[in-house]
Amino acid sequence: MKVLVFAEAVEGTTVSSTLELLTKARDLGDVEAAYVGSAADAVAATVGEYGATKLYTVQDDGSLVGAVGAALLAGVVEQAQPDLVLFSQTYDGRDAMGRLSARLDRPVVTNGLSVTTDGDTVRVGTQIFGGATIVETEFTGSAPYLAGIRPKSFVAEPSGGSAAAVEQVSISDAGRGTEAKVLDHHVEESEGPKLEEATVVVSGGRGIGSEESYGPLVDELANLLKGASGASRAIVDAGWVPYSKQVGQTGKTVKPKVYIALGISGATQHLVGMKGSDNIIAVNKDAEAPIFSVADLGIVGDVQKVVPKLIEALKAKS
Amino acid sequence: MNVLVCVKQIPDPATPGELTAEHTLKREGKLILDESDSYGVEMALQLVDKAGGGEVTLVSMAPNDEVSGLRTALAMGAAKAVLVSDPSLAGSDSLGTAKVIAKAVERVGDADLLLTATESTDGYTGTVAAQVAELLGWPSLTFAKEVTVADGTVTIQRQTEAGFDVVEASLPAVVSVTAGVVEPRYPSFKGIMAAKNKPVDAVTPSDLGLADDQVGWAGARQAIASVEKAPAREAGEKIEDDGTAHERVVAFLEQLKVI
Repeated sequence: MKVLVFAEAVEGTTVSSTLELLTKARDLGDVEAAYVGSAADAVAATVGEYGATKLYTVQDDGSLVGAVGAALLAGVVEQAQPDLVLFSQTYDGRDAMGRLSARLDRPVVTNGLSVTTDGDTVRVGTQIFGGATIVETEFTGSAPYLAGIRPKSFVAEPSGGSAAAVEQVSISDAGRGTEAKVLDHHVEESEGPKLEEATVVVSGGRGIGSEESYGPLVDELANLLKGASGASRAIVDAGWVPYSKQVGQTGKTVKPKVYIALGISGATQHLVGMKGSDNIIAVNKDAEAPIFSVADLGIVGDVQKVVPKLIEALKAKS
Repeated sequence: MNVLVCVKQIPDPATPGELTAEHTLKREGKLILDESDSYGVEMALQLVDKAGGGEVTLVSMAPNDEVSGLRTALAMGAAKAVLVSDPSLAGSDSLGTAKVIAKAVERVGDADLLLTATESTDGYTGTVAAQVAELLGWPSLTFAKEVTVADGTVTIQRQTEAGFDVVEASLPAVVSVTAGVVEPRYPSFKGIMAAKNKPVDAVTPSDLGLADDQVGWAGARQAIASVEKAPAREAGEKIEDDGTAHERVVAFLEQLKVI
Protein backbone atom coordinates (compact mmCIF):
# COMPACT_ATOMS: atom_id res chain seq x y z
CA MET A 1 0.00 0.00 0.00
CA LYS A 2 1.24 3.48 -0.86
CA VAL A 3 0.32 6.23 1.59
CA LEU A 4 0.61 9.97 0.90
CA VAL A 5 0.65 12.25 3.96
CA PHE A 6 -0.29 15.94 3.72
CA ALA A 7 2.48 17.48 5.83
CA GLU A 8 2.14 20.81 7.64
CA ALA A 9 4.78 23.01 9.25
CA VAL A 10 4.74 26.19 11.28
CA GLU A 11 7.77 28.45 10.78
CA GLY A 12 9.75 25.56 9.33
CA THR A 13 8.95 23.10 12.11
CA THR A 14 6.83 20.12 11.07
CA VAL A 15 3.76 19.94 13.32
CA SER A 16 3.33 17.00 15.69
CA SER A 17 0.10 15.77 14.09
CA THR A 18 2.00 15.25 10.80
CA LEU A 19 4.59 13.14 12.64
CA GLU A 20 1.77 11.06 14.14
CA LEU A 21 0.36 10.40 10.65
CA LEU A 22 3.77 9.46 9.24
CA THR A 23 4.33 6.99 12.08
CA LYS A 24 0.97 5.36 11.37
CA ALA A 25 1.51 5.43 7.59
CA ARG A 26 4.79 3.48 8.04
CA ASP A 27 2.79 0.61 9.53
CA LEU A 28 0.51 0.58 6.50
CA GLY A 29 3.05 0.67 3.66
CA ASP A 30 5.32 2.96 1.67
CA VAL A 31 5.15 6.59 2.72
CA GLU A 32 5.49 9.82 0.77
CA ALA A 33 4.54 13.33 1.80
CA ALA A 34 3.38 16.58 0.23
CA TYR A 35 3.93 20.07 1.65
CA VAL A 36 3.04 23.66 0.76
CA GLY A 37 5.51 26.26 2.00
CA SER A 38 8.98 27.72 1.92
CA ALA A 39 10.77 25.33 4.31
CA ALA A 40 10.92 22.22 2.11
CA ASP A 41 14.46 21.23 3.12
CA ALA A 42 13.73 21.36 6.86
CA VAL A 43 10.43 19.53 6.40
CA ALA A 44 12.09 16.90 4.16
CA ALA A 45 14.63 16.15 6.90
CA THR A 46 11.92 15.70 9.53
CA VAL A 47 9.43 13.70 7.44
CA GLY A 48 12.35 11.49 6.35
CA GLU A 49 13.21 10.83 9.97
CA TYR A 50 9.62 9.60 10.40
CA GLY A 51 9.66 7.33 7.35
CA ALA A 52 8.75 9.34 4.23
CA THR A 53 11.03 8.71 1.25
CA LYS A 54 9.84 11.60 -0.89
CA LEU A 55 8.50 15.09 -0.31
CA TYR A 56 6.48 16.72 -3.09
CA THR A 57 6.37 20.44 -2.57
CA VAL A 58 5.21 23.70 -4.01
CA GLN A 59 6.44 27.13 -2.96
CA ASP A 60 4.16 29.20 -0.76
CA ASP A 61 2.73 32.03 -2.91
CA GLY A 62 0.86 33.78 -0.12
CA SER A 63 -2.37 31.89 -0.79
CA LEU A 64 -4.33 30.19 1.92
CA VAL A 65 -2.75 26.71 2.10
CA GLY A 66 -5.86 24.58 1.47
CA ALA A 67 -6.51 25.37 -2.18
CA VAL A 68 -2.83 25.23 -3.14
CA GLY A 69 -2.45 22.00 -1.16
CA ALA A 70 -5.38 20.40 -2.97
CA ALA A 71 -3.94 21.42 -6.35
CA LEU A 72 -0.52 20.03 -5.35
CA LEU A 73 -2.04 16.78 -4.08
CA ALA A 74 -4.18 16.35 -7.20
CA GLY A 75 -1.03 16.44 -9.32
CA VAL A 76 0.82 14.06 -7.01
CA VAL A 77 -2.10 11.62 -6.95
CA GLU A 78 -2.01 11.46 -10.73
CA GLN A 79 1.76 10.99 -10.83
CA ALA A 80 2.39 8.72 -7.82
CA GLN A 81 -0.95 6.84 -7.61
CA PRO A 82 -1.20 6.52 -3.81
CA ASP A 83 -3.86 4.20 -2.34
CA LEU A 84 -4.51 6.41 0.66
CA VAL A 85 -4.06 10.13 1.40
CA LEU A 86 -3.94 11.08 5.09
CA PHE A 87 -4.62 14.57 6.47
CA SER A 88 -4.53 15.95 10.01
CA GLN A 89 -7.84 17.38 11.20
CA THR A 90 -6.29 20.86 11.48
CA TYR A 91 -7.54 24.15 10.01
CA ASP A 92 -5.40 23.88 6.85
CA GLY A 93 -5.77 20.08 6.72
CA ARG A 94 -9.54 20.40 6.66
CA ASP A 95 -9.39 22.94 3.82
CA ALA A 96 -7.05 20.75 1.77
CA MET A 97 -8.97 17.48 2.30
CA GLY A 98 -12.29 19.13 1.43
CA ARG A 99 -11.02 20.75 -1.73
CA LEU A 100 -9.15 17.61 -2.85
CA SER A 101 -12.21 15.46 -2.23
CA ALA A 102 -14.32 17.66 -4.52
CA ARG A 103 -11.56 18.00 -7.09
CA LEU A 104 -10.98 14.23 -7.42
CA ASP A 105 -14.62 13.34 -6.77
CA ARG A 106 -13.58 11.02 -3.94
CA PRO A 107 -15.27 10.81 -0.52
CA VAL A 108 -13.29 11.84 2.54
CA VAL A 109 -13.86 10.25 5.94
CA THR A 110 -13.08 12.82 8.62
CA ASN A 111 -12.40 12.88 12.37
CA GLY A 112 -10.74 9.47 12.18
CA LEU A 113 -9.12 8.00 15.29
CA SER A 114 -7.78 4.84 13.67
CA VAL A 115 -6.86 3.55 10.22
CA THR A 116 -6.63 -0.16 9.45
CA THR A 117 -5.97 -1.99 6.20
CA ASP A 118 -6.58 -5.53 5.05
CA GLY A 119 -5.14 -6.05 1.58
CA ASP A 120 -6.58 -3.19 -0.45
CA THR A 121 -9.40 -2.57 2.02
CA VAL A 122 -9.12 0.57 4.16
CA ARG A 123 -11.20 1.26 7.26
CA VAL A 124 -11.34 4.43 9.35
CA GLY A 125 -12.60 4.39 12.94
CA THR A 126 -14.56 7.34 14.30
CA GLN A 127 -16.44 8.03 17.53
CA ILE A 128 -20.07 9.11 17.67
CA PHE A 129 -22.44 9.98 20.51
CA GLY A 130 -19.71 11.58 22.60
CA GLY A 131 -17.36 8.65 22.21
CA ALA A 132 -19.85 6.09 23.54
CA THR A 133 -19.94 4.34 20.17
CA ILE A 134 -17.15 3.49 17.75
CA VAL A 135 -17.97 3.24 14.04
CA GLU A 136 -15.69 1.64 11.44
CA THR A 137 -16.21 2.98 7.92
CA GLU A 138 -14.91 1.10 4.89
CA PHE A 139 -14.24 2.69 1.50
CA THR A 140 -16.08 0.86 -1.28
CA GLY A 141 -15.19 3.02 -4.32
CA SER A 142 -11.91 3.29 -6.15
CA ALA A 143 -8.63 4.59 -4.69
CA PRO A 144 -7.20 6.93 -3.63
CA TYR A 145 -9.09 6.98 -0.35
CA LEU A 146 -8.98 10.22 1.66
CA ALA A 147 -9.04 10.33 5.44
CA GLY A 148 -8.81 13.12 8.01
CA ILE A 149 -7.35 12.04 11.35
CA ARG A 150 -7.77 13.89 14.64
CA PRO A 151 -4.47 14.95 16.23
CA LYS A 152 -3.36 12.76 19.17
CA SER A 153 -4.82 9.60 17.61
CA PHE A 154 -1.36 8.00 17.22
CA VAL A 155 1.93 8.32 19.09
CA ALA A 156 4.73 9.76 16.91
CA GLU A 157 7.94 7.71 16.80
CA PRO A 158 10.91 8.41 14.50
CA SER A 159 12.21 5.59 12.31
CA GLY A 160 15.65 7.14 11.91
CA GLY A 161 15.31 7.50 8.13
CA SER A 162 17.34 9.98 6.10
CA ALA A 163 15.91 13.13 4.58
CA ALA A 164 13.14 12.63 2.04
CA ALA A 165 14.01 13.42 -1.58
CA VAL A 166 12.52 16.80 -2.47
CA GLU A 167 10.55 17.15 -5.69
CA GLN A 168 9.32 20.62 -6.65
CA VAL A 169 5.96 20.39 -8.35
CA SER A 170 4.32 23.10 -10.40
CA ILE A 171 0.60 23.29 -9.99
CA SER A 172 -1.83 23.92 -12.76
CA ASP A 173 -5.48 24.81 -12.95
CA ALA A 174 -5.96 25.76 -9.29
CA GLY A 175 -8.73 28.09 -10.45
CA ARG A 176 -10.06 30.89 -8.29
CA GLY A 177 -9.40 28.78 -5.18
CA THR A 178 -5.91 30.22 -4.78
CA GLU A 179 -7.25 33.77 -4.90
CA ALA A 180 -7.68 33.69 -1.12
CA LYS A 181 -4.50 35.44 0.04
CA VAL A 182 -3.07 35.71 3.53
CA LEU A 183 -2.22 39.38 4.06
CA ASP A 184 -1.03 39.31 7.65
CA HIS A 185 -0.35 37.02 10.62
CA HIS A 186 -1.40 38.14 14.08
CA VAL A 187 0.17 36.28 16.98
CA GLU A 188 -1.69 36.70 20.23
CA GLU A 189 0.54 36.60 23.28
CA SER A 190 0.11 33.39 25.18
CA GLU A 191 2.20 31.82 27.87
CA GLY A 192 2.81 28.15 28.35
CA PRO A 193 2.33 25.08 26.17
CA LYS A 194 -0.17 24.50 23.36
CA LEU A 195 -3.54 23.02 24.27
CA GLU A 196 -2.94 19.74 22.45
CA GLU A 197 0.59 19.29 23.77
CA ALA A 198 0.19 20.34 27.41
CA THR A 199 0.73 17.94 30.33
CA VAL A 200 -2.02 19.72 32.25
CA VAL A 201 -5.18 21.20 30.70
CA VAL A 202 -7.58 23.37 32.68
CA SER A 203 -10.92 23.98 30.94
CA GLY A 204 -13.79 26.25 31.90
CA GLY A 205 -17.51 26.01 31.24
CA ARG A 206 -20.65 27.97 32.08
CA GLY A 207 -20.14 27.20 35.77
CA ILE A 208 -17.24 29.66 36.00
CA GLY A 209 -19.99 32.29 36.04
CA SER A 210 -18.89 34.95 33.57
CA GLU A 211 -16.47 35.86 30.81
CA GLU A 212 -14.51 37.94 33.32
CA SER A 213 -13.85 34.88 35.50
CA TYR A 214 -12.01 32.97 32.77
CA GLY A 215 -8.70 34.80 33.27
CA PRO A 216 -8.49 34.75 37.08
CA LEU A 217 -9.82 31.20 37.44
CA VAL A 218 -9.02 29.11 34.34
CA ASP A 219 -5.96 30.85 32.88
CA GLU A 220 -4.48 31.46 36.32
CA LEU A 221 -4.79 27.82 37.40
CA ALA A 222 -3.42 26.64 34.04
CA ASN A 223 -0.42 28.98 34.39
CA LEU A 224 0.33 27.81 37.93
CA LEU A 225 0.31 24.18 36.74
CA LYS A 226 2.38 25.08 33.61
CA GLY A 227 -0.53 23.89 31.54
CA ALA A 228 -2.86 25.18 28.84
CA SER A 229 -6.37 26.56 29.17
CA GLY A 230 -9.35 25.18 27.26
CA ALA A 231 -13.10 25.60 27.14
CA SER A 232 -16.45 23.91 26.69
CA ARG A 233 -18.51 24.62 23.59
CA ALA A 234 -21.02 26.58 25.67
CA ILE A 235 -18.60 29.40 26.47
CA VAL A 236 -17.13 29.44 22.96
CA ASP A 237 -20.65 29.82 21.56
CA ALA A 238 -21.25 32.58 24.10
CA GLY A 239 -18.21 34.42 22.75
CA TRP A 240 -16.24 34.31 26.04
CA VAL A 241 -13.18 32.65 24.44
CA PRO A 242 -12.17 31.90 20.81
CA TYR A 243 -12.93 28.67 18.90
CA SER A 244 -9.26 27.58 19.13
CA LYS A 245 -9.77 26.92 22.87
CA GLN A 246 -12.68 24.52 22.38
CA VAL A 247 -12.24 20.95 23.63
CA GLY A 248 -14.73 18.41 22.32
CA GLN A 249 -16.34 16.87 19.29
CA THR A 250 -16.44 20.09 17.29
CA GLY A 251 -13.19 21.25 18.88
CA LYS A 252 -9.93 19.63 19.87
CA THR A 253 -9.07 16.25 21.33
CA VAL A 254 -6.68 16.48 24.28
CA LYS A 255 -5.02 13.65 26.21
CA PRO A 256 -3.01 15.35 28.96
CA LYS A 257 -1.70 13.72 32.10
CA VAL A 258 -4.21 15.79 34.08
CA TYR A 259 -7.42 17.36 32.79
CA ILE A 260 -9.23 19.75 35.12
CA ALA A 261 -12.84 20.57 34.19
CA LEU A 262 -14.18 23.67 35.96
CA GLY A 263 -17.90 24.27 35.83
CA ILE A 264 -18.36 21.93 32.87
CA SER A 265 -21.42 19.68 33.04
CA GLY A 266 -19.94 17.12 30.64
CA ALA A 267 -22.24 17.00 27.63
CA THR A 268 -21.29 14.19 25.23
CA GLN A 269 -20.02 16.93 22.91
CA HIS A 270 -17.32 17.73 25.49
CA LEU A 271 -16.53 14.25 26.82
CA VAL A 272 -15.39 12.96 23.43
CA GLY A 273 -12.58 15.51 23.42
CA MET A 274 -11.11 14.79 26.84
CA LYS A 275 -12.03 11.39 28.20
CA GLY A 276 -8.77 9.93 26.90
CA SER A 277 -6.89 12.01 29.50
CA ASP A 278 -4.81 10.01 32.01
CA ASN A 279 -6.43 11.67 35.03
CA ILE A 280 -9.54 13.82 35.23
CA ILE A 281 -10.47 16.25 38.01
CA ALA A 282 -13.89 17.89 37.89
CA VAL A 283 -15.39 20.70 39.95
CA ASN A 284 -19.12 21.27 39.50
CA LYS A 285 -22.03 22.42 41.64
CA ASP A 286 -24.40 19.79 40.27
CA ALA A 287 -23.70 16.41 41.92
CA GLU A 288 -25.53 14.69 39.05
CA ALA A 289 -23.43 16.31 36.28
CA PRO A 290 -22.27 13.70 33.71
CA ILE A 291 -18.67 14.96 34.03
CA PHE A 292 -18.45 13.06 37.35
CA SER A 293 -19.00 9.74 35.55
CA VAL A 294 -15.53 10.09 33.97
CA ALA A 295 -13.73 11.96 36.77
CA ASP A 296 -11.05 10.28 38.90
CA LEU A 297 -11.55 13.04 41.45
CA GLY A 298 -14.88 14.86 41.53
CA ILE A 299 -15.52 17.88 43.73
CA VAL A 300 -19.18 18.75 44.18
CA GLY A 301 -18.87 22.45 44.87
CA ASP A 302 -18.86 26.00 43.56
CA VAL A 303 -15.99 26.69 41.16
CA GLN A 304 -15.93 30.29 42.34
CA LYS A 305 -15.24 29.15 45.91
CA VAL A 306 -13.05 26.07 45.36
CA VAL A 307 -10.73 27.42 42.64
CA PRO A 308 -9.58 30.67 44.35
CA LYS A 309 -8.61 28.59 47.42
CA LEU A 310 -6.83 26.08 45.19
CA ILE A 311 -4.92 28.90 43.49
CA GLU A 312 -3.93 30.35 46.90
CA ALA A 313 -2.74 26.95 48.10
CA LEU A 314 -0.66 26.38 44.95
CA LYS A 315 0.87 29.86 45.20
CA ALA A 316 1.76 29.21 48.84
CA LYS A 317 3.58 26.04 47.85
CA SER A 318 5.60 27.52 45.01
CA MET B 1 -25.35 42.32 -1.75
CA ASN B 2 -26.90 38.87 -1.80
CA VAL B 3 -25.69 36.48 0.86
CA LEU B 4 -26.54 32.79 0.95
CA VAL B 5 -26.29 30.82 4.19
CA CYS B 6 -26.13 27.06 4.59
CA VAL B 7 -28.38 25.98 7.44
CA LYS B 8 -28.82 22.46 8.74
CA GLN B 9 -31.86 21.18 10.55
CA ILE B 10 -30.81 18.59 13.11
CA PRO B 11 -32.34 16.44 15.86
CA ASP B 12 -32.14 18.32 19.19
CA PRO B 13 -28.56 17.68 20.41
CA ALA B 14 -29.83 17.75 24.01
CA THR B 15 -31.67 14.45 23.45
CA PRO B 16 -29.66 11.22 23.03
CA GLY B 17 -29.05 10.31 19.38
CA GLU B 18 -30.02 6.96 17.87
CA LEU B 19 -29.00 5.12 14.72
CA THR B 20 -31.30 3.62 12.09
CA ALA B 21 -30.89 0.00 10.87
CA GLU B 22 -28.76 1.49 8.07
CA HIS B 23 -26.46 3.14 10.66
CA THR B 24 -27.49 6.69 9.81
CA LEU B 25 -28.60 9.12 12.50
CA LYS B 26 -32.35 8.95 13.18
CA ARG B 27 -33.82 12.19 11.87
CA GLU B 28 -37.47 11.52 12.54
CA GLY B 29 -39.77 14.05 14.13
CA LYS B 30 -39.10 17.72 14.67
CA LEU B 31 -35.73 19.07 13.67
CA ILE B 32 -34.24 22.32 14.93
CA LEU B 33 -31.90 24.90 13.46
CA ASP B 34 -28.32 23.84 14.23
CA GLU B 35 -27.12 26.49 16.67
CA SER B 36 -23.78 26.55 14.80
CA ASP B 37 -25.63 27.97 11.79
CA SER B 38 -27.33 30.76 13.73
CA TYR B 39 -24.02 32.68 13.70
CA GLY B 40 -23.87 32.54 9.88
CA VAL B 41 -27.47 33.72 9.62
CA GLU B 42 -26.78 36.65 11.97
CA MET B 43 -23.55 37.51 10.13
CA ALA B 44 -25.38 37.45 6.78
CA LEU B 45 -28.14 39.75 8.07
CA GLN B 46 -25.55 42.22 9.37
CA LEU B 47 -23.54 42.18 6.11
CA VAL B 48 -26.63 42.81 3.97
CA ASP B 49 -27.66 45.57 6.35
CA LYS B 50 -24.25 47.25 6.10
CA ALA B 51 -24.25 46.92 2.29
CA GLY B 52 -27.55 48.80 2.28
CA GLY B 53 -29.31 46.39 -0.06
CA GLY B 54 -29.75 42.79 -1.14
CA GLU B 55 -31.13 39.84 0.76
CA VAL B 56 -30.28 36.71 2.72
CA THR B 57 -31.24 33.33 1.22
CA LEU B 58 -31.05 30.05 3.12
CA VAL B 59 -29.86 26.82 1.55
CA SER B 60 -30.74 23.58 3.30
CA MET B 61 -30.85 19.84 2.72
CA ALA B 62 -33.14 17.75 4.89
CA PRO B 63 -35.17 14.55 4.91
CA ASN B 64 -38.99 14.64 4.86
CA ASP B 65 -39.42 18.24 3.68
CA GLU B 66 -38.65 19.43 7.20
CA VAL B 67 -38.93 23.24 7.54
CA SER B 68 -39.13 23.99 11.29
CA GLY B 69 -35.44 24.91 11.54
CA LEU B 70 -35.68 26.97 8.36
CA ARG B 71 -38.62 28.90 9.81
CA THR B 72 -36.44 29.89 12.78
CA ALA B 73 -33.82 31.37 10.43
CA LEU B 74 -36.50 33.03 8.29
CA ALA B 75 -37.96 34.54 11.46
CA MET B 76 -34.53 36.01 12.24
CA GLY B 77 -34.79 37.93 8.98
CA ALA B 78 -33.73 35.79 6.00
CA ALA B 79 -35.87 36.54 2.93
CA LYS B 80 -36.32 33.08 1.44
CA ALA B 81 -35.01 29.53 1.35
CA VAL B 82 -34.16 26.65 -0.96
CA LEU B 83 -34.83 23.25 0.59
CA VAL B 84 -33.50 20.12 -1.09
CA SER B 85 -35.35 17.10 0.18
CA ASP B 86 -35.72 13.52 -1.06
CA PRO B 87 -35.50 9.95 0.31
CA SER B 88 -32.55 9.35 -2.05
CA LEU B 89 -30.46 11.74 0.08
CA ALA B 90 -30.32 9.34 3.07
CA GLY B 91 -26.75 8.21 3.67
CA SER B 92 -25.20 11.22 1.90
CA ASP B 93 -21.65 11.98 3.01
CA SER B 94 -20.01 15.41 3.09
CA LEU B 95 -19.18 15.38 -0.64
CA GLY B 96 -22.73 14.35 -1.59
CA THR B 97 -24.03 17.14 0.63
CA ALA B 98 -21.63 19.60 -0.98
CA LYS B 99 -22.80 18.61 -4.47
CA VAL B 100 -26.41 19.31 -3.47
CA ILE B 101 -25.52 22.66 -1.89
CA ALA B 102 -23.38 23.76 -4.86
CA LYS B 103 -26.26 23.00 -7.24
CA ALA B 104 -28.71 24.82 -4.98
CA VAL B 105 -26.42 27.86 -4.91
CA GLU B 106 -26.37 27.85 -8.71
CA ARG B 107 -30.17 27.59 -8.72
CA VAL B 108 -30.49 30.70 -6.55
CA GLY B 109 -27.99 32.52 -8.78
CA ASP B 110 -26.64 36.03 -8.25
CA ALA B 111 -24.86 35.23 -4.97
CA ASP B 112 -21.97 37.34 -3.71
CA LEU B 113 -21.16 35.27 -0.67
CA LEU B 114 -22.01 31.84 0.76
CA LEU B 115 -21.67 31.52 4.54
CA THR B 116 -21.45 28.22 6.43
CA ALA B 117 -20.63 27.10 9.95
CA THR B 118 -17.22 25.50 10.54
CA GLU B 119 -18.98 22.15 11.06
CA SER B 120 -22.44 20.88 11.91
CA THR B 121 -23.24 19.76 15.44
CA ASP B 122 -24.47 16.29 14.43
CA GLY B 123 -22.22 15.05 11.60
CA TYR B 124 -19.27 17.42 12.27
CA THR B 125 -17.30 16.38 9.17
CA GLY B 126 -16.07 19.97 8.87
CA THR B 127 -15.25 19.85 5.16
CA VAL B 128 -18.43 20.99 3.39
CA ALA B 129 -17.39 24.66 3.06
CA ALA B 130 -14.18 23.73 1.22
CA GLN B 131 -15.93 21.09 -0.90
CA VAL B 132 -18.71 23.46 -2.01
CA ALA B 133 -16.12 26.14 -2.84
CA GLU B 134 -14.10 23.73 -4.97
CA LEU B 135 -17.23 22.53 -6.80
CA LEU B 136 -18.29 26.13 -7.51
CA GLY B 137 -14.72 27.16 -8.39
CA TRP B 138 -14.78 29.82 -5.67
CA PRO B 139 -12.16 30.69 -3.05
CA SER B 140 -12.92 29.46 0.49
CA LEU B 141 -12.03 31.59 3.50
CA THR B 142 -12.46 29.38 6.52
CA PHE B 143 -12.71 29.68 10.32
CA ALA B 144 -13.63 33.37 10.21
CA LYS B 145 -14.00 35.26 13.49
CA GLU B 146 -14.63 38.56 11.71
CA VAL B 147 -15.97 39.24 8.21
CA THR B 148 -16.02 42.50 6.27
CA VAL B 149 -17.03 43.13 2.67
CA ALA B 150 -16.09 46.19 0.62
CA ASP B 151 -15.68 46.90 -3.10
CA GLY B 152 -16.19 43.33 -4.26
CA THR B 153 -13.67 41.96 -1.78
CA VAL B 154 -14.24 39.91 1.37
CA THR B 155 -11.70 40.12 4.20
CA ILE B 156 -11.74 37.85 7.22
CA GLN B 157 -9.84 37.28 10.42
CA ARG B 158 -9.10 33.56 10.22
CA GLN B 159 -8.68 31.69 13.50
CA THR B 160 -5.24 30.08 13.83
CA GLU B 161 -3.52 28.19 16.64
CA ALA B 162 -1.43 31.26 17.46
CA GLY B 163 -3.99 34.03 16.92
CA PHE B 164 -5.47 34.97 13.56
CA ASP B 165 -4.53 35.61 9.94
CA VAL B 166 -6.03 38.33 7.78
CA VAL B 167 -7.26 36.65 4.58
CA GLU B 168 -8.78 38.34 1.55
CA ALA B 169 -10.41 37.26 -1.72
CA SER B 170 -12.61 38.72 -4.40
CA LEU B 171 -16.30 37.80 -4.53
CA PRO B 172 -18.05 35.48 -4.95
CA ALA B 173 -16.54 33.39 -2.18
CA VAL B 174 -17.39 30.85 0.52
CA VAL B 175 -16.74 31.89 4.13
CA SER B 176 -17.06 29.56 7.13
CA VAL B 177 -17.86 31.33 10.38
CA THR B 178 -16.77 30.20 13.87
CA ALA B 179 -19.29 30.11 16.70
CA GLY B 180 -19.65 32.94 19.20
CA VAL B 181 -18.41 35.73 16.92
CA VAL B 182 -21.76 37.50 16.64
CA GLU B 183 -24.78 37.29 18.88
CA PRO B 184 -27.64 35.66 16.97
CA ARG B 185 -30.81 37.74 17.35
CA TYR B 186 -33.95 36.24 18.83
CA PRO B 187 -36.79 36.17 16.30
CA SER B 188 -39.38 38.82 17.16
CA PHE B 189 -43.09 37.99 17.22
CA LYS B 190 -43.45 39.98 14.00
CA GLY B 191 -40.55 38.01 12.50
CA ILE B 192 -42.12 34.70 13.45
CA MET B 193 -45.44 35.68 11.88
CA ALA B 194 -43.74 36.97 8.71
CA ALA B 195 -41.64 33.78 8.41
CA LYS B 196 -44.78 31.70 7.88
CA ASN B 197 -45.36 33.34 4.52
CA LYS B 198 -41.79 33.57 3.26
CA PRO B 199 -41.08 31.47 0.16
CA VAL B 200 -39.43 28.06 0.52
CA ASP B 201 -38.39 26.65 -2.84
CA ALA B 202 -38.68 22.87 -2.32
CA VAL B 203 -36.66 20.85 -4.82
CA THR B 204 -35.27 17.34 -5.27
CA PRO B 205 -31.75 16.33 -6.32
CA SER B 206 -33.04 15.43 -9.78
CA ASP B 207 -34.56 18.94 -10.11
CA LEU B 208 -31.00 20.14 -9.58
CA GLY B 209 -29.64 17.82 -12.27
CA LEU B 210 -27.98 15.40 -9.85
CA ALA B 211 -28.08 11.68 -10.65
CA ASP B 212 -29.08 9.14 -8.00
CA ASP B 213 -25.54 7.74 -7.80
CA GLN B 214 -24.11 11.15 -6.87
CA VAL B 215 -25.93 11.43 -3.54
CA GLY B 216 -27.06 9.14 -0.69
CA TRP B 217 -25.33 5.85 0.04
CA ALA B 218 -24.43 5.29 -3.63
CA GLY B 219 -22.64 8.64 -3.84
CA ALA B 220 -20.89 8.14 -0.51
CA ARG B 221 -18.97 5.07 -1.75
CA GLN B 222 -18.43 3.87 1.80
CA ALA B 223 -20.03 1.27 4.03
CA ILE B 224 -20.35 0.99 7.79
CA ALA B 225 -18.29 -2.10 8.61
CA SER B 226 -19.01 -2.15 12.35
CA VAL B 227 -20.70 -0.22 15.15
CA GLU B 228 -19.52 -1.02 18.67
CA LYS B 229 -19.83 0.36 22.16
CA ALA B 230 -16.63 2.04 23.33
CA PRO B 231 -15.17 0.84 26.64
CA ALA B 232 -16.57 3.06 29.41
CA ARG B 233 -14.33 5.03 31.75
CA GLU B 234 -14.82 4.33 35.45
CA ALA B 235 -15.81 7.10 37.83
CA GLY B 236 -13.47 7.59 40.81
CA GLU B 237 -13.73 9.42 44.11
CA LYS B 238 -16.45 12.09 44.50
CA ILE B 239 -16.54 14.45 47.48
CA GLU B 240 -18.74 17.36 48.59
CA ASP B 241 -16.88 20.61 49.15
CA ASP B 242 -16.95 21.47 52.85
CA GLY B 243 -14.57 24.38 52.38
CA THR B 244 -11.45 22.17 52.26
CA ALA B 245 -11.94 20.27 48.96
CA HIS B 246 -9.07 22.26 47.40
CA GLU B 247 -6.71 20.43 49.79
CA ARG B 248 -7.80 17.11 48.30
CA VAL B 249 -7.08 18.49 44.80
CA VAL B 250 -3.59 19.60 45.90
CA ALA B 251 -2.91 16.14 47.38
CA PHE B 252 -4.08 14.46 44.16
CA LEU B 253 -1.84 16.73 42.03
CA GLU B 254 1.11 15.94 44.34
CA GLN B 255 0.40 12.23 44.04
CA LEU B 256 0.47 12.62 40.22
CA LYS B 257 3.74 14.58 40.58
CA VAL B 258 2.50 17.55 38.54
CA ILE B 259 3.37 19.89 41.45
